[in-house]
Amino acid sequence: MKRVLGRLGHAAFVLWAVASLTFIMFRLMPGDPTLNFLSESFSEEMRAALLTSFGLDKPLPEQYVLYLGSLLRGDLGVSFLQKKPVLDILLDALPNTVALTVTALVVAYAFGIIAGAFLAFARGSVTEGIAIPAALITRAAPEFWLGMILLAWLSFAWGIFPSSGANEAGSEFTSEWARLTSADFLWHLTLPALTLALYLQGLPLLLMRATMLEVLNDEFIVMARMKGLSRWAIVMRHAARNALLPVATAFALGLGSSFGGNVVIETVFSWPGLGRVLVSAVQGADYPLAQGAFILIAAVLVTMNMVADLLYAWLDPRVSVGARR
Amino acid sequence: MPGAKAVWRFLRSQPFALVGIGIYALFIVLAIFADQIATHDPRQILFSGAYRVARYLPPSATHYLGTTAGGRDIFSQLVHGTRSALTVGVTAAFCVVVLGSLMGLLAGYLGGWVDRIIMRVSDIVLGLPFLPFILVISALTRPGTTTLVASVALLLWPNTARVIRSQVLSLRERGWVEAARVTGCSPMRIIFVHIAPQVAPLAALYGSIAVGWAILTEASASFLGFGDPAAISWGLMLQDAFANQALSREAWNWFIPPGLCIVALVLAGFLVSRGSEKLLFPKLGD
Repeated sequence: MKRVLGRLGHAAFVLWAVASLTFIMFRLMPGDPTLNFLSESFSEEMRAALLTSFGLDKPLPEQYVLYLGSLLRGDLGVSFLQKKPVLDILLDALPNTVALTVTALVVAYAFGIIAGAFLAFARGSVTEGIAIPAALITRAAPEFWLGMILLAWLSFAWGIFPSSGANEAGSEFTSEWARLTSADFLWHLTLPALTLALYLQGLPLLLMRATMLEVLNDEFIVMARMKGLSRWAIVMRHAARNALLPVATAFALGLGSSFGGNVVIETVFSWPGLGRVLVSAVQGADYPLAQGAFILIAAVLVTMNMVADLLYAWLDPRVSVGARR
Repeated sequence: MPGAKAVWRFLRSQPFALVGIGIYALFIVLAIFADQIATHDPRQILFSGAYRVARYLPPSATHYLGTTAGGRDIFSQLVHGTRSALTVGVTAAFCVVVLGSLMGLLAGYLGGWVDRIIMRVSDIVLGLPFLPFILVISALTRPGTTTLVASVALLLWPNTARVIRSQVLSLRERGWVEAARVTGCSPMRIIFVHIAPQVAPLAALYGSIAVGWAILTEASASFLGFGDPAAISWGLMLQDAFANQALSREAWNWFIPPGLCIVALVLAGFLVSRGSEKLLFPKLGD
């Protein structure tokens, strides 16, 4: 319990530091933010009024305090370009990014764990000689390039999958949940999720294989073998459980990092998620929106880093015993 | 620490590492002799016949990989792209290694508040989302290679620093460090003369991974339109292809080669690091 509280405090500290860094970064943006917002015909008074409405006329320390206060209240300001609350725009995009990331991670890890465990047994075989370099290659390939190949092949050449967006244009749904579970959405989701999964599967595969090899040489496995347990029982009940520990941690870390890393895949497939919001906001100098998207992505990353740490301590008896001492 | 001879003997027994080094060597030769190898000026707009821009040409004897929508020779762009990829990869890796080792050495040897501050800062850096941070920084400053290399170094040093630190923590309890301390060596001398050479191979290992990260990051940033627009890079080639309907035109000759080059170069870093990992930690080798 003390450990959990300590880790929470630590995460809060990192979040505060990231938020402060973001504040400093965005105040250093070149150019006048109001220029994008105003037409030439605006008078000096109207410009000043706008600056006031965004709080940009106050001294920096005061802006900083106001900024932290509104962050705590979940108020991320108003988008310069879309003139809507930033939070609303982010919440609209969030389900698409969550669906993409979670689907891809689950597929990638299910495949990686099974294939990795299998490869640990196929040591020295031809399969291993092909599978390991193949896994390394998918990790070395730029995600957006994998996406481009799938897009050109399965969408443009063969016409199986749609090439962009999350839903057919003009389709309407009774609720957000109905939209996310509609066949149309899942159809659009397939290619981007497949691309991301292809990129992600190498890590669990290699991790699972390496730890399985390590575990299989441990004394308790030798013991289980001597007891005459079947190979299957040894793998499932003894080896896999222990080998899953680093994979579970990697899953949590992967959830945090691919949230931000989705930026390129969302661009290739014009997937209306957080990453695309961030890219277009940065390109359009829409500072409140860019700032909000960045902070949200960072918050997910910090939270998942914390979850990974706690998960590790919880799953590994050795770590928690050490902490209790 | 392994000597040069041991390294060579080891490399011969490690086909993976040897392949990696071979790929590096090939790209270095391409980068050095880019002007001689390229068949055209990669920036020049080519014409076929009277005033007709040679756009979307398929591969042929004159254009090994065809031409782009802007009428430029793809093969020549690819060869010249090697230069920017290697420059970005190597300088970024160098910065990561130097910064990471320095922080790791100081934190590990000095301990106390120095250690606490460095570790806290590394925690914060690990809380920054990688690509989004690079996009925001590129938008804040002038987008370009320098910005990119600097932000990659700023984001990647904590991993190296942590590994070096834990290594230093065990090294500083060794007898010979104690001996150096007793004979009156200053902490700085112990850190940089006695301990640093011991952790250098470990730092180099992290450096070879950073080469790949930097190249992938440059490609992603360029693809999203945050690269140096004046450069010739594989990322920009892919962005150009994507923006000019290479996919719907099925111009495989345009967007496949740059990606393959990125894969090869990043893979080389993985292979070298996998090989040297076994050299540094024989126990880990399966």
